[in-house]
Amino acid sequence: MSDTQQLQDFVTQVRRDIVRQVHKVNSGHPGGSLGCAEFLSVLYQEVMHRKEGFDMDGIDEDLFFLSNGHISPVFYSVLARSGYFPVEELNTFRLIDSRLQGHPTTHEGLPGVRIASGSLGQGLSVALGAANAKKLNGDSHLVYSLHGDGELQEGQNWEAIMYAAAKKIDNLISTVDRNYQQIDGCTDDVLPMGNLVEKFKAFGWEVLEIEKGNDIDQIREGLNKAKSLTGKGKPVAIMLNTEMGHGVDFMMGSHKWHGVAPNDEQLEKALAQNPETLGDY
Amino acid sequence: MKKYTDTGKNDTRSGFGAGLTELGRTNPNVVALCADLVGSLKMQDFIDENPERFFQVGIAEANMMGIAAGLTIGGKIPFTGTFANFSTGRVYDQIRQSIAYSGKNVKICASHAGLTLGEDGATHQILEDIGLMKMLPGMTVINPCDYNQTKAATIAIAEYDGPVYLRFGRPKVANFTPADQKFEIGKAILLNEGKDVTIIATGHLVWEALQAAEQLEEKGISAEVINIHTIKPLDEAAILASVGKTGCVVTAEEHNILGGLGESVARTLTHNHPAPQEFVATMDTFGESGTPEQLMEKYGLNAAAIVKASEKVIKRK
Repeated sequence: MSDTQQLQDFVTQVRRDIVRQVHKVNSGHPGGSLGCAEFLSVLYQEVMHRKEGFDMDGIDEDLFFLSNGHISPVFYSVLARSGYFPVEELNTFRLIDSRLQGHPTTHEGLPGVRIASGSLGQGLSVALGAANAKKLNGDSHLVYSLHGDGELQEGQNWEAIMYAAAKKIDNLISTVDRNYQQIDGCTDDVLPMGNLVEKFKAFGWEVLEIEKGNDIDQIREGLNKAKSLTGKGKPVAIMLNTEMGHGVDFMMGSHKWHGVAPNDEQLEKALAQNPETLGDY
Repeated sequence: MKKYTDTGKNDTRSGFGAGLTELGRTNPNVVALCADLVGSLKMQDFIDENPERFFQVGIAEANMMGIAAGLTIGGKIPFTGTFANFSTGRVYDQIRQSIAYSGKNVKICASHAGLTLGEDGATHQILEDIGLMKMLPGMTVINPCDYNQTKAATIAIAEYDGPVYLRFGRPKVANFTPADQKFEIGKAILLNEGKDVTIIATGHLVWEALQAAEQLEEKGISAEVINIHTIKPLDEAAILASVGKTGCVVTAEEHNILGGLGESVARTLTHNHPAPQEFVATMDTFGESGTPEQLMEKYGLNAAAIVKASEKVIKRK
């Protein structure tokens, strides 16, 4: 799929999936999920080289690790609509006996998930290990990871950021969802992280910014540029400037929808703003 | 009683190093990681022979655990090396989420466990690690007793698919198990048959248990000695068979009384065959600086303590 309109339809359906999943169980994290809908859709539909089916080792294909596991609704929707498991299974999000746990896990064997995440700050280290394994295996495919910006307050990230550059892990593209929001408010109010671009650069990374992180064309361009920077001795970071809650007007730009589900009326509003495209589950 | 000979004092961490070196030659999927303690963990031979399969992560244990989890994705068998304190409590959530819950085939190899780390003192002497690790669902917990057994255990865990915590120590201690003994995860080793009391020991306390059994024999007490190198999964059948015969038990470990081997044995007995038990362990305390011998004496973790506990438990039958 390379047509922007087709991809936009995919994203719109993902948005519907996100709010419907969260609404049904009255729990989950719609804000960050909506903000990353375009990014994960472009990544899985266009950018990543993926094999048919799923195996844990993922040899001879690109890998993706979600570090900010709370945005599981968007991850599950994109995985299902990319063929990893039946779309109808989105109906089981957060329910008892489901493979779609509140935060993603390998424990129930959900295809597409290679590590548990949710306790923040661990995904970059895991991605580094997988990138090292690819090098040992002579596998030239890439490893992608996604991180919340607030998540970078966890110290383990900086151990990993230091390691990645020092050890020249240049088969890795790590994206930071720079929406400036976290549960307690704006990141600059909770714990300002300063200039993250300069920080990554100072640690020895190649860094590029995607100014409009909810614009499909910009994401496509940014990811392709990032790919062209791999294999040159440096890890690559993307600062993805997204808007939390993007695509649902009353959720946009506010931390208040970080972990709150819409009620019936709010759901209808959200769905009206994102008309069905590929078919609801 | 059966005689055991110390074939020459050696440290269990060197047994780990030797096992890892052998794995480097025999299993191309084995990789090793270390957080700035190569010398302490005796990993240099593996590194010299397999530089491309070694990852020096610096003083960053959390990152090390995550990298290890990631290396399994691609078929590698990572062995992490640092002190027991930094292998467990310091990185508990990383192990819990990225390794245990994720079901990753990581071998967490932990040296300098317990009081026998000695002079560095309580900041480094973890006595809670067995408890921490055995509580993680799916985690195997192994605490071998000497150089030979640590080497054999290191080699054996590479063949097992799943997360393992391998605990060993710093000081040179008696080396008395056969060099060619195959290590079976979860299989207790009966070292001496007896009828009056069962002594169940792990790690450095196994040799002390044998010394205690000799002293008890001189007093006319027949002690059965079992080496529990695997605390989880616990060889409950071996424990129940022995205590069924002797009617009482002493557990001995270089660990806090709370959460250690003794509690696992107590739970097994309570479920199946309640019997008097005495615990040779540290009594919910931190350690302190001193020589290993001084510390084991002060905190009651030696043959004399096991003899005393045995005499006491027999009276409770």
